[in-house]
Amino acid sequence: METKNIIIVGVGGQGSLLASKILGHLLLSEGFDVKVSEVHGMSQRGGSVITYVRFGDKVYSPVVDKGQADFIVSFEILETARWLSYLKDGGQIVTNTQQIDPMPVITGAAEYPSDLVEKIRAAGIKIDAMDCLTLARQAGSQKAVNIVLLGRLSHYFDISEDAWQNSLKANVPPKFLEINQKAFELGKNFNG
Amino acid sequence: MKELMLGNKALARGLWEAGVAFVSSYPGTPSTEVTEEAVKFDEIYCEWAPNEKVAMESAFGASLAGRRAFCGQKHVGLNVAADPLFTLSYTGVNAGLVAVVADDAGMHSSQNEQDSRHYAIAAKVPMLEPSDSAEALNFAKLAYEISEQFDTPVLIKMCTRVAHSQSVVETSERVEHSKVYEKNIGKYVMMPGNAKRRHPIVEERTRRLIEYAETTPINRVEFFTDEIGIITSSTSYQYVKEVFGESASVLKLGMINPLPVELIKNFAARVKRLVVVEELDPIIETHVKSLGLQVEGAELLPRIDEFSQNLIAEAFGKKISAGVSLNDTIPARPPVMCAGCPHRGLFYSLKKRKCTVLGDIGCYTLGAVPPLSTIELTLCMGASIGATHGFNKMLGAQSEGKTVAVIGDSTFMHSGMTGLANVAYNQSNSTVIILDNSITGMTGHQQNPSTGLNIKGDPAGKIDLEALCRAMGINRVRVVDPYNLKECDAAIKEELAAAEPSVIISRRPCALLKTVKHKPPLHVDADKCIGCKSCMKIGCPAISMKDGKAVVDQTQCVGCEVCSQLCPKKAFAR
Repeated sequence: METKNIIIVGVGGQGSLLASKILGHLLLSEGFDVKVSEVHGMSQRGGSVITYVRFGDKVYSPVVDKGQADFIVSFEILETARWLSYLKDGGQIVTNTQQIDPMPVITGAAEYPSDLVEKIRAAGIKIDAMDCLTLARQAGSQKAVNIVLLGRLSHYFDISEDAWQNSLKANVPPKFLEINQKAFELGKNFNG
Repeated sequence: MKELMLGNKALARGLWEAGVAFVSSYPGTPSTEVTEEAVKFDEIYCEWAPNEKVAMESAFGASLAGRRAFCGQKHVGLNVAADPLFTLSYTGVNAGLVAVVADDAGMHSSQNEQDSRHYAIAAKVPMLEPSDSAEALNFAKLAYEISEQFDTPVLIKMCTRVAHSQSVVETSERVEHSKVYEKNIGKYVMMPGNAKRRHPIVEERTRRLIEYAETTPINRVEFFTDEIGIITSSTSYQYVKEVFGESASVLKLGMINPLPVELIKNFAARVKRLVVVEELDPIIETHVKSLGLQVEGAELLPRIDEFSQNLIAEAFGKKISAGVSLNDTIPARPPVMCAGCPHRGLFYSLKKRKCTVLGDIGCYTLGAVPPLSTIELTLCMGASIGATHGFNKMLGAQSEGKTVAVIGDSTFMHSGMTGLANVAYNQSNSTVIILDNSITGMTGHQQNPSTGLNIKGDPAGKIDLEALCRAMGINRVRVVDPYNLKECDAAIKEELAAAEPSVIISRRPCALLKTVKHKPPLHVDADKCIGCKSCMKIGCPAISMKDGKAVVDQTQCVGCEVCSQLCPKKAFAR
């Protein structure tokens, strides 16, 4: 199998590390060679962050490059637009529609671009856009945005529900499992 | 058992399997997790040392005592530990001694992009360079065998993409190792007479290590074609394999110092075109050229930043996809001080007083970015105090009344104390502000000698910063709460006006600490808000303007109330 590439993008502190951990666990248990690459440190302080997940028969590079991502999983819509060039021709976006103003917008030095979902769709790109924050709150915690996104991503994978559930269980503390299972379902069954 | 494991965690696992008993490190991205993972093994004593020099010396002490030992640091940390390293090369070890140095090509979280391979050459010690997690684990174990067989400290060089990538490893069990300490003045007391006798031993060791490098399985040839041969190591190997697969022959080097001679010559003789692919400085390339071989490297590949598969592909004239993008300008999202960060109030006060702020290494470096834009210098750990001293000595009254050094609690313990000793001893009229957020923040919350807790979070010795500064000869020492803008302003004004050295300790724990209890978030009463943007001057990521009124993001605000102290209309409420 040709190596598949996922990038998870968002704002430092939004929970992308847990999402990549669950994905990595899942893909390894499905028998793939897997590499996950993260960035720790300075950029985690509210900066733009990217995590790479790659899987296949044999994976070499730990990173995904421009024009290579089969999936972009995004926690914030401006970040979706920022990392758009990483999407492969025909790739799929799964994104949260939440807007978090970056400092240049807060200080008035720049403007937050409008109608990003529509513009991406108009460019002929496949995009699943949903208000994950509302869905996560519905599930019981605003921190479950990452799991809502994974739920939606699962829709595009030929991997059993049991395997996803096992990876959730293995990586989420027991007292938050129910909330996260609910968040996963809400994402998976989202009908845009 | 097969597991997906972070490179740094795999290295820690390798330490455990190798029977390591002692770990002393100072945190630094991207090296920190090695020690944080090692501490999870009961068989390994782990600690955070005040700095990398102390860590390496302590690890050597443990080696001397007959237990396998380790210290971890980032590239710039090895600058601090270089002093013991260069002479440890002469003394050699008792039980195995290994140090990791994690480089940060691409500067994801660093102040420079130095290539630490130079240290291995300069200090004449072997260096191993893993290219994924499995190698990180196995090279850690091998490093101890080399250390004991050749009587030398061994360096393992990581980089961000190996340290912070997860890949598959196979684990095994721990094997215990220990030796007995024996007094040996000729080997361990490096006064000139003894050191002169040790230096030839170092040179002879290097000769034997080159022989080892010729045959060690971690330097291996993957031969597929005679058209092109690529010599590479570390994460560059992964990019080369990604791009070329089996369409290029590869000499993959796991040992980067000393480099083999015959192995390289033989590989070169089998291929029509020879290329070196290595990030940053031309270490391998220079060596290959010194053997009189025709080789390409620097003319194809940049000497700055990290590589990727696209970069390698393009360098070899292969087509890549640039991907799609929108016509919109995407605003940058630089890192910012978190909502509720205790540093914010202090930086606002410094900006208001138009101070010249010479800064240091830590989260508070973000005091240099808009809208605060207050810090004017960031160099290395501890430099804020030394630089302020020199600055004030030269400019005198012109600068003394408005210049401050700003340094975090952990950075102060690391190498700020000696700078303060200089201020106290040579009497510059300098004001030093210690930003005491009671943790090492940027690297992800590690304890330090002023927090009163050890690496496991258990009670430990606690250095009293006020008493320490006074004992060093600073008479004016005061503590302020950075959430209280009036108090900050008064302290800065008075200490800058004083005609002697002073220290202000700005004390408030990091807002991200789990032990910190936050007040409920604030909101803005839109009827009271006049849209004057006074609250925007502090650059809090939780505050933005919507339709001419300030709005507080309820998911981010931790209720610190710094913004409300700036509001002329008292529009912030709970």
